[in-house]
Amino acid sequence: MSHRDAKHNDELTGAQALIKSLEMSSVDVMFGLPGGCILPAYDPLIESTIRHILVRHEQGAGHMAEGYAHVTGRPGVAMVTSGPAATNMVTPLCDAYMDSIPMVCITGQVPTSAIGTDAFQECDTVGITRSVTKHNELIMSADDLPMAIAQAFHIATTGRPGPVLIDVPKDVLQSKMKWYWPTADEIEDSLPGYKPTTKGHARMIKEAAQLILRSEKPLLYVGGGVLKARAAEALRELAELTQIPVVTTLMARGAFPDDHPLALGMPGMHGTATAVTAMQKSDLLIALGARFDDRVTGRVNAFAPDAKIIHVDVDPAEQGKVRKPDVPIVGDCRLVIEEMVKAIKDLLASGALQADVGPWRSRVSGWKEQFPLAYDKNEPGGALKPQFCLEKIRDAAPDGTILVSGVGQHQMWASQYWQFNEPYTWVNSGGLGTMGFSVPAAIGAKVGRPDKTVWAIDGDGCFQMTAQELVTASIERIPIKVGILNNSNLGMVRQWQEMFYDKRYSEVYFPKDIPNFAKWAEAMGCVGIRVDDESEVESAIDKANSINDRPVVVDFCVDSDEKVFPMVAVGQSNDDIILQPSQNARREFLR
Amino acid sequence: MKSDNPYGTGVTHHMLSVLVKNRPGVLARVTSLFARRGYNIFSLAVAPTEEDDYSRISIVVDVESAPLEQMVKQLFKLVDVVRISELDPRKSVERELMVATVKSAAEERGQIVELVNIFEGKILSVGPDALTVSLDGSPEKLDDFSELLRQYGIIESQRTGRVALPKLDRIARKSAPKGKAS
Repeated sequence: MSHRDAKHNDELTGAQALIKSLEMSSVDVMFGLPGGCILPAYDPLIESTIRHILVRHEQGAGHMAEGYAHVTGRPGVAMVTSGPAATNMVTPLCDAYMDSIPMVCITGQVPTSAIGTDAFQECDTVGITRSVTKHNELIMSADDLPMAIAQAFHIATTGRPGPVLIDVPKDVLQSKMKWYWPTADEIEDSLPGYKPTTKGHARMIKEAAQLILRSEKPLLYVGGGVLKARAAEALRELAELTQIPVVTTLMARGAFPDDHPLALGMPGMHGTATAVTAMQKSDLLIALGARFDDRVTGRVNAFAPDAKIIHVDVDPAEQGKVRKPDVPIVGDCRLVIEEMVKAIKDLLASGALQADVGPWRSRVSGWKEQFPLAYDKNEPGGALKPQFCLEKIRDAAPDGTILVSGVGQHQMWASQYWQFNEPYTWVNSGGLGTMGFSVPAAIGAKVGRPDKTVWAIDGDGCFQMTAQELVTASIERIPIKVGILNNSNLGMVRQWQEMFYDKRYSEVYFPKDIPNFAKWAEAMGCVGIRVDDESEVESAIDKANSINDRPVVVDFCVDSDEKVFPMVAVGQSNDDIILQPSQNARREFLR
Repeated sequence: MKSDNPYGTGVTHHMLSVLVKNRPGVLARVTSLFARRGYNIFSLAVAPTEEDDYSRISIVVDVESAPLEQMVKQLFKLVDVVRISELDPRKSVERELMVATVKSAAEERGQIVELVNIFEGKILSVGPDALTVSLDGSPEKLDDFSELLRQYGIIESQRTGRVALPKLDRIARKSAPKGKAS
């Protein structure tokens, strides 16, 4: 029964109420796959204004919702059925939880009378997803649906964003309810235990401002929270006002323009030597929406030993979780940075002087000059270098191109060699490190920003985990471009086996010709192109960029031996960074 | 943290009184958070409060396993957690209940009854060669009682875990922040 057939305007089925609640929450698109218990909700969807994208695997729906949320800032929505569909959703939920992606997931559940009986396609969805969601709810009455959905969007998008799951039994979808829609106040009142702090403590902000002006070797350590808070502009003002250099973590690439003179690139395990060393030598780290992840700190007790810490984060539990801050500030990054800029300006206006950061900046610039990202160039007739392919894709990409990656070597090269000059142009799986993220996330990103070119950079390993979603992309006419850096290996694992396991390669080899990626792409309705030689790279990229009516897959067959540098080995200090071999001779400059 | 430990040096148990919404699954949320973050629970008691909408969970946590501050902040992130107070034993009243079935041959019964009377406990059940007794009081008192019963042979015993409220003669210290985490 559709909306129009309902007897009274205000009497709806649970299913109608669910879809109407999603519409009321400004959902314009959702990703999903129907099945037994969620069937009733797919009926009113026919009349809904919401575009539904039918995926090939529920994990794809989840990653698409994430990609959509990454580039739009709006919550991604996925809807799937119970049991195996819900368990297939666990990976994207955990991914969104680790990377603080706003997402609302609706799952079907067996009828309330069957819960606990091991019914067909029953699983304890709220139990299974409890630790990978910001919040989840099992809805036992249709009357509760509008409030539950409204709460879900409120929780997913405020404070530290994250995924929220709503589990709806089939009979709840089928029963009748009297429609209502809660006001913003009613939503807040219904959650007495949920009051995120957004405004930073004024005294702490002033203390931070004073510390910033006093420090001679300050560094802005920018994390994904800056993007979540839409704080890129405020950050730029802070950096330019104080002339403090900036490192942007894997989750924050694009939050500060890479072509800015103050930009030092990415810190961490595969960060630039400059960014890693600047952190180590700094006397003040201004951590903004960053969480001192182990991939950034290296061995924690050797991390930035001389630095005081200002830590701005909307999640109070991040304060002191890894490193005790000298000035903790709980609040929204944009609001806090804006207040910080004001506080610094006030101090300067009242005659305070900033310590001279000139010597620090020239030291940092020296590192930048001595230790640019580097790789050994292609040799004539030799294997194609993956970094070279990335540079060519980058140079041919229209302004504002969104880059999406999977997880592994290609991800690190993409983050290193791309120039991120705009926020929300980089989508990847940072915290969870989910192989197979890129194809579905790129589809979600393209749905969210159809006006932009979207390139997915993938590995041959990752691609084979979720490639089937290219069928979705072809049929739904979502023209993404996929560049596979095909080194016929699980490249990052191979790199570790080469460096730390005596080149004893174990279970990392993927034959270069099986599958034939170009033919596979064609079979899925895409254009497939294979590139074996350097001479074919540019024309393949040009061809991919010129096709806008279907997805394109370019299979770049690249050097299996290429490694990601620099590298800080697991458990090592950032001081012991392994440089690209050609730069080893200059190591002494990293002082 | 050790220096101002109200339980004395070497004691690593702190008590949290957690006010939660009284809804299905809320205890599972709290305990799975502790499990996932690797925090140890020493004892736990939960029951509805004077208001039906809320329950109070009294948790004695082991701060050897993680800093108390982190536990409190992570707990606060649960949407159903409304308020958390860290109860300082010097400023709160703590009670625990224990029931124990003790071997008691006829000739020892008198001694055990005397012990129960000294501690102001109760005899709940009498069998031919065993007694079931109960005692409520401070956890330390229960420890002492339990130690003295041991010589007769404790067949089974069960303690409830501590429950506590702030003392009335002064304003309860609210060490936990009032605001709610995201």
